[in-house]
Amino acid sequence: MKDMSYGAIMGRRNDIMKKAVGINYEEFSRGRFAFDYEEMMRKVGYTLDEIRSIQRETDVGETPLWEMKNLTRLARKLAPAGKGARIFIKDEAANPSGSFKARRASVSVYRAQQEGYKGVVSATSGNYGAAVASQAGKRNMDCIVVQEVFDSKGDGQPEILEKGRKCEAYGAEVLQLTVGPELFYTFLRVLEETGFFNASLYTPFGIAGVETLGYEVATELKEKEGRFPDKVLITHAGGGNLTGTARGLKKAGAENTEIVGVSVDLTGLHSASDYDFNRKSFTTGHTGFGVPFTTWPDRADVPLNAARSLRYMDRYLTVTQGQVFYATEALAQLEGLERGPAGNTSLAAALVLAGEMDRDEILVVQETEYTGAGKHPTAQLTFAREKGIEVRRGDPHEEKPGENVLIPRGPQDLFYKEMELDRLRKSYLKALQKQHPAPYSPEERDFLTEELKVDQEKLEELLKSI
Amino acid sequence: MERARKGDWVQVHQVIFSPGERSPNIPEETKKVPLELRVKGWLAIPEAQVGEEAVIKTPAGRELEGRLVAVNPPFTHGFGKPVQELLEIGPELRALLREEGAK
Ligand SMILES: Cc1ncc(COP(=O)(O)O)c(C=O)c1O
Repeated sequence: MKDMSYGAIMGRRNDIMKKAVGINYEEFSRGRFAFDYEEMMRKVGYTLDEIRSIQRETDVGETPLWEMKNLTRLARKLAPAGKGARIFIKDEAANPSGSFKARRASVSVYRAQQEGYKGVVSATSGNYGAAVASQAGKRNMDCIVVQEVFDSKGDGQPEILEKGRKCEAYGAEVLQLTVGPELFYTFLRVLEETGFFNASLYTPFGIAGVETLGYEVATELKEKEGRFPDKVLITHAGGGNLTGTARGLKKAGAENTEIVGVSVDLTGLHSASDYDFNRKSFTTGHTGFGVPFTTWPDRADVPLNAARSLRYMDRYLTVTQGQVFYATEALAQLEGLERGPAGNTSLAAALVLAGEMDRDEILVVQETEYTGAGKHPTAQLTFAREKGIEVRRGDPHEEKPGENVLIPRGPQDLFYKEMELDRLRKSYLKALQKQHPAPYSPEERDFLTEELKVDQEKLEELLKSI
Repeated sequence: MERARKGDWVQVHQVIFSPGERSPNIPEETKKVPLELRVKGWLAIPEAQVGEEAVIKTPAGRELEGRLVAVNPPFTHGFGKPVQELLEIGPELRALLREEGAK
């Protein structure tokens, strides 16, 4: 019998992963750590036209782009005279599983079917599981989702319970785990036992699937308004949403659009802590994923992560939990759209950012997601109160994740924090140096300038400063 | 004790790692507790009582073993209670936009 212990499975991880995604990642390697990212995206991925037709097969994409006229009025009311960009939102909740993750899943599941796999496995507590399950259903393939759901008392985070329900509704087997990074062990074990395809969030297929979102935003806005968006706000966790959208915008010719990542600030909560797990009101789009994935993307369930947000990000903003609840309420009450937490994270920042832009400019919030039981603010805040978290109206500057949720007293309380990209770039380089010490060859430097979106001079300065 | 028959929709439970077997690089509070798995499917043996070892067939067609913990388990998440602090926001924002000068 095969050894199924933790050590043995982790020891076989590279083999297991290789079989389960069918990509020979070594082919793209260019030395110690550098690799040819574009070559990987080109060779393994699909062209934009191919992706569009794959997505049409299973009803993914081509979601509406709406102008948020009342939210624009609100932002203008708060802004200095003459300021206040128009706010648009891409209603990604219209995708089959209720979020943009359907775009990512559609390509993975298509690929799995093409390659003759009988089923797909996905390790995610998020909307992606539901997306994979939905797409697998459409292609009549088996699906297994591995989720982190419960703390040691058996209390499930309501939003994750909902996503688990949704996976089941689409016919998936759902493995529900308690808190801990050993989820990866369970995941590898399932891949090995079933021989199913690893529908990872981080393959070139998944990221290419998101490119259509950026492409649609650019081309639809151009058609409606005669211009590309000035800024696109993208809720950021593992970085695939941002990477794919930014690539799609570029492919549509929107070279000058500013790419703004936005996360919920959960500073201080440890993602592997049994105690902290149920003290947060957001399960994705938060700094607990956003920061580590930005500064070290290759922590994913594939050897090379195709989601590399530092390559594309122009700014990275954070907002508080209370502000996102406020934005959720504003969207429902002023625009008649009841939507879920992830898109509303960038929306919260949009309400402030629009006020800093000129009136003839356009800002796009590139997604909404579905909402419902477990996801709704009332569900999350009821749960937070049960856990002893204080919920009240107050200055969101004073919010402390895990202790309180402060609902802004009015729209003038909304703000964002700017995360310094250079700080993130330095963390990236520090992490790199631990594994691959300097000096770096000219090829390695070229790779790093692309990874960090800097020129040679700037790279030199960053390397010197760490 | 609740009893399930073959074909009933049930939930089973397994301990994957006991506290002593957990990964070294995790917070202390997590290390002190086991890594547990819960999974639902159709009972694949003639019958079982809650608390007994059982076998299920999952929607992906796999047979999995575990301790039976629930028969036809309900969904426990919902919308919670209305939140006073949120209820106030709509009227406030609407009033703001109704004010003159909001163009
Ligand atoms: C609806 C939704 N929006 C945004 C995100 C963030 O995407 P990413 O993890 O690619 O940064 C997620 C994923 O966790 C999501 O489910």
